[in-house]
Amino acid sequence: MAPSPASEYILELDNVSKIFGTVIALKDVTVRLRRGEVHCLLGDNGAGKSTLIKILAGVHRPTHGVYRVDGDPVELDSPRAALDRGIATVYQDLALVPLMSVCRNFFMGREPTRKLWGLVHVFDRAAATKIANAKLADMGIVVRDAEQTVGTMSGGERQCLAIARAIHFGARVLILDEPTAALGVKQSANVLRIIARAREKGISVIFITHNVHHAYPVGDTFTLLNRGRSLGSFHKSEISRDEVLNLMAGGQEMQKLMVELGVRL
Amino acid sequence: MDPQVDTPGSSPGVAPEDAEAARAAALAARILASGALPTLSDGPDERVRHVSRFHRVMARPEATSIAGAVLVFVIFGFAAGGSGMFALDGVMNWSVVSAYLGIIAVGACLLMIAGEFDLSIGSMIGFAGMIAAIPPLYFGWPVWLAMLLSLGCALALGFVNGQLVVRTGLPSFIVTLAFLFVLRGLTLAFSIIVADRTIVSGIGDLAANDPVVRFLFCGTFGDGLFEWMARHHWIQTLDDGAPLVRGIPKVLGWWALIAAASSFRLNRTRFGNWIFAVGGDANAAKNVGVPVKRVKVSLFMFTALCGWLFAMLQICDIGSAAADRGLQKEFEAVIAAVIGGSLLTGGYGSVIGACFGALIFGVVQIGITYTNLNSDWFRVFLGLMLLLAVLFNNQVRRRLTQAR
Repeated sequence: MAPSPASEYILELDNVSKIFGTVIALKDVTVRLRRGEVHCLLGDNGAGKSTLIKILAGVHRPTHGVYRVDGDPVELDSPRAALDRGIATVYQDLALVPLMSVCRNFFMGREPTRKLWGLVHVFDRAAATKIANAKLADMGIVVRDAEQTVGTMSGGERQCLAIARAIHFGARVLILDEPTAALGVKQSANVLRIIARAREKGISVIFITHNVHHAYPVGDTFTLLNRGRSLGSFHKSEISRDEVLNLMAGGQEMQKLMVELGVRL
Repeated sequence: MDPQVDTPGSSPGVAPEDAEAARAAALAARILASGALPTLSDGPDERVRHVSRFHRVMARPEATSIAGAVLVFVIFGFAAGGSGMFALDGVMNWSVVSAYLGIIAVGACLLMIAGEFDLSIGSMIGFAGMIAAIPPLYFGWPVWLAMLLSLGCALALGFVNGQLVVRTGLPSFIVTLAFLFVLRGLTLAFSIIVADRTIVSGIGDLAANDPVVRFLFCGTFGDGLFEWMARHHWIQTLDDGAPLVRGIPKVLGWWALIAAASSFRLNRTRFGNWIFAVGGDANAAKNVGVPVKRVKVSLFMFTALCGWLFAMLQICDIGSAAADRGLQKEFEAVIAAVIGGSLLTGGYGSVIGACFGALIFGVVQIGITYTNLNSDWFRVFLGLMLLLAVLFNNQVRRRLTQAR
C-alpha cells in the first residue's frame, strides 16, 4: 500500500462525538495521527478511551464528526474493514486462544495454505511455525517448542505475540489498548521497546494508557481525554511529564480536592 | 557460567570510599554467584525442560483413549479370550456397534471442540429414519428420493439449531435439549398420523432393490475378498463353503471415511484451525476475522448429517424404521468424545480420540455378553470410564493453560 501524499495524517478523527442513548461518551474530540509517530491517548477511567479506540477500530461508528484515513473520509462498518485498511487493534484481551499453539494463534483467521498432492489446500504448518518463531525471536521471545500453547506464556510474551502478529499482517497503524496495564516493570519495558521499534519500521502507533510513566518515554504526541472531551493534543516539546499528569488528573478538580482535604485536615 | 569475581576490601587500611565501593562489589558478586539473576546468553532457553518422547506422545489428546482401548482389549482378552469374541464374526459384532457410535461421535467431537453440544442427535436418528422410510412405504416414493428428503430435513434442522445458538447466544445445551424433545415428539406424532404405528417395516427390501441405496448403505463390501479367503479356508465357513462373515459391513467403511476426512479437516486445514479457535475463545476468534457463526452453524449441520447417516445405515441394516431409534445416542456420542480427550469446554480434542472412545464403548458393550458378567455392569464401567476421562482431561487443561 503506497502512502497517499494527500494528507500528512494517516488517521484523523475530526470533531467526533459518540452518543449511546442518553450517554454522551465522546464530545467533539479531534485526534490526528501523523505517519510514523507514537500518539499516546491518556485519560482516566471513564474518559472515553475505549469508545475512541472502538471508533478507530471500526467497531462503532461516530454519531457526529468525520473519520479520515489518509485524508479520505471513511465509514468503517466492521473491524474487518479497518483491518483491510491496515488499522490493527490489539485489545486488552489480546485475541489469543490459550489452548492453541503459538503458531496456530499467530495465523488464526489468516492461515497460510499450500496444496497437498496438488489437490487440497492445507494449512501450511511448517511455514507458519517458521514465520511465527522468527517474528517472536525478533522481539526476544524464544518459543520453547512448536506445540507450546499460548496458555503457558507470560503476560508480556502474550502481549508481544499479539503485537508481532498485527505487525506481520501489514498493520500501518497499530492501536494498542493499555498494553502495559497488567504487566510487571520489566515486561512493560519490553513492550515499550517494541513500540519504539515499530515506530522505527515506519508504523504509526496509537498507545492508549493511563500511565504517564509508560507513555512519556515513547510518545511523540499526547492527547488527553477527560470525561468524554479532549483537553487537547500536545507535542512532546510543548508539555512536560508533570503537566501531562496534572491535566490527566483533571488539574483544577485535583487542586480543588486538595484544598478541601487541606481544610479538613 | 560461574563468574570470576575478585573479593576486594578484605585488607585493612583502605580509604573509606574504597571500602564503600568494595562492599557494593562484594554484594554484587554474591548475587551473581548465587545464580539468582538470569544470565543472558544466546544458547537455548535454560528454562526449557527436557521432555521425553513418552511424555510427548502422552500429551496428545487421543493418547488416553488409545491407552484405554488397549486396556479394554487386554481385560477382555483374559475374560473372554476363548469365547469367540475375537473370532471374525465376534470382531464384526463389536466393531459394528463401535462404528455406528463412531459416526455420530465424530460429529459430536468436532462440535464439542468448537465449544457446542448437540443433544438432539439421538432424536435426529429416529426422525431421519422415519422421514426416509415412510414415503417409500406409504406414498410409493423411490427410496433414494426419500433419503434425499431426509437429508435435506436433517441439514435444515442442523442449520436451525446452529442459527438459534449463534443468534441468541444461549447455551447450545438448552437449545438442543429443546430439540431433543421437539424432534422425538414430532417423529412419534408424524408416524402415528401417517402410518398409524411407530415402527414401520419393509423398508429394507425396498432399499435393497434401489441400486444407488444398496451400493451406499446395504450389506457389506469386500465380499469377493472374503469368499477368496473362505476358499483357502483362512476364515470360518458355513457348511456350503460360503464364508461365515460375508464381508465388511458398510457402516465400518463409512465410519473410517467420516473419521479420516474429519480428522484431516481438523488438523490440517484452515477450517480446522477455526474450529479450535472458535471453541477456545469465540470472541478472540471473531476479533481476528474468523467467521465464528459460520463455523458453528456448519458444524451443527455436520452433526445432523452424521445422525442422518447413522439412521440410513440403520434402517437398511435392520429393515425397519422406528420413532424411538437413537434413544440416548446423544449422550453416548458425547461420552465417546470425552473419553477421546475432548474438553467439555471446547477448544481441545481429537477425532481419532473420539473414534477410540467409540471403540471402547463397542468392545465393552458387546464384550460383556461374551463373559459371565451381567450386562448391566456395562453401564457401571462406562460411567467410571467417563469420570476417569474427565478427571484426566481436566489435568491436561490445567497443564496447557497455566504459565510455567
